[in-house]
Amino acid sequence: MIRFTEVHKGFGPKVVLDGLTLDIPEGKTTVLIGFSGTGKSVALKHIVGLLAPDQGAVSVEGRIVHELSPEGLAELRSQVGYVFQFAALFDSLSVEDNIRLGLARRGLDRYEIEDRIRDSLALVDLAGAEERFPAELSGGMRKRVGIARAIAFRPRYILYDEPTTGLDPVTSAVIDELMVRARRELGVTGVVVTHDMRSAYTVGDRIAMLYHGRIRQVGTIDEIRQTDDPVVRNFIEGRPTEDDRRLLEGTPS
Amino acid sequence: MTSPTAASSHRLERSITRLGRAGLATVQAVADVRTWAPHVIPQMRRLGVDSVPIALFIAIFTGIVLSLLSKYIFTGAVPLYFVGALVGKTVMMELGPVLTGLVLAGRVGANIAAELGTMRVTEQVDALETLAYNPRSYLVVPRVLAGVFMFPVVTALAMGVGVAAGWVTAINLLDLSTLEFVKGLRLFYRFKDIWFGLLKAASFGAAVTLAGCVQGLGTRGGAEGVGRNTTRAVVLGCEAILVLDAFWALVLL
Ligand SMILES: Nc1ncnc2c1ncn2[C@@H]1O[C@H](COP(=O)(O)OP(=O)(O)OP(=O)(O)O)[C@@H](O)[C@H]1O
Ligand SMILES: [Mg+2]
Repeated sequence: MIRFTEVHKGFGPKVVLDGLTLDIPEGKTTVLIGFSGTGKSVALKHIVGLLAPDQGAVSVEGRIVHELSPEGLAELRSQVGYVFQFAALFDSLSVEDNIRLGLARRGLDRYEIEDRIRDSLALVDLAGAEERFPAELSGGMRKRVGIARAIAFRPRYILYDEPTTGLDPVTSAVIDELMVRARRELGVTGVVVTHDMRSAYTVGDRIAMLYHGRIRQVGTIDEIRQTDDPVVRNFIEGRPTEDDRRLLEGTPS
Repeated sequence: MTSPTAASSHRLERSITRLGRAGLATVQAVADVRTWAPHVIPQMRRLGVDSVPIALFIAIFTGIVLSLLSKYIFTGAVPLYFVGALVGKTVMMELGPVLTGLVLAGRVGANIAAELGTMRVTEQVDALETLAYNPRSYLVVPRVLAGVFMFPVVTALAMGVGVAAGWVTAINLLDLSTLEFVKGLRLFYRFKDIWFGLLKAASFGAAVTLAGCVQGLGTRGGAEGVGRNTTRAVVLGCEAILVLDAFWALVLL
């Protein structure tokens, strides 16, 4: 279980997370939605200790992330796969070496490593791209390599930061299916940040909406679909509010 | 209100803590041998071997100019074979290491800072951390080691070529025979000249690569940040070279 307790995080004067509290249960996929720039990526980074909270704590299986020793943190990270929003592939390494880097230290023998590389690339429909370099791939392909890199070492948790943004509908559907299978067949606990509500309904067991630095609402898909909270309602239906319209028109308010 | 002394002792305490942490992190990074060991040789090739042409180019012209200058300075008052002494001493003890160092500060320092800076802003450094690698072991240690080993190698080549260029100039343009040039060269030569020059070069190598790594990993904010920190790395590297140069002269001469 991943647990955010009253997490506050700011950058300089800018407050991003403002008392975020959220439980992410085992074996389920929790979808995190929210407007661009509300801190969804920032929240994810707290789970693997890439960022430390100013106040509050994030714990994974009871271990408080920002208090872990370097060894403890390495141990935690070896159980968590992270799919970065912009893939974050190592551009000096080929596709297969990108994946191999994550596998190198898990006590696997050479053949297992090669198998894992092949399997994970096949899963994201990129068999044959082993030798290519990130700069030679399209944005969507890079994203899929990022996913392959995260699933290759069979982590217990996978954090997907906008895994389907910028992909065509068919590839998006393939990635959605992949996330569902990871949960069903491997029992992976997933956290998916997405703007794509269709994807959210497909992969999610629960949906949480981040708004102004805290959780506005969290619930099952049905609960969210039938919400009577106007903020959540507008978001999931993609309807701009009066405020948003004014922003667009630039009329002084 | 805290009193000024309390505030300053608090600040001192904090900087000591920070220094301690940095020291500990360094020890941990260096201890993680299996992470950095495979990357030292490739970095040596990249930082060292590839810098040889530019370093030799500079050495050749330094040798020529020194030879001509010493003739001008001696104006018949000093026996002409002192040209050999002046060229040898200055190339080995000062101009070889320092000019090579300054050029490599531009080439190597900028290269490292831009590469690591780009990795930082594209989240590749974060990705490395989530794959349970220590970026200091993986990125910094091999580069600094390569700098410490390769700066002296490149400098040694530059010393040889610089003296040779001075000699060729002397016998062709200064009516000096090889015998006289060598006589001058050997007149004041001490073995210390060479190791003093090479030791300086090693320290320049450490300073330049460290400046590149620190500025690169500390990069914030996109392409502009990469440019800014790359410039800073070069400036910092050059300053460090000049300060170290004075330091070694004070301590060892
Ligand atoms: N390292 C950082 N330094 C300074 N500010 C940051 C940093 N990381 C994030 N921010 C700020 O925090 C806010 C939230 O960023 P974040 O990337 O988490 O948004 P997001 O919800 O993921 O948005 P999107 O859906 O567009 O990806 C933004 O305003 C961003 O400018
Ligand atoms: Mg984001």
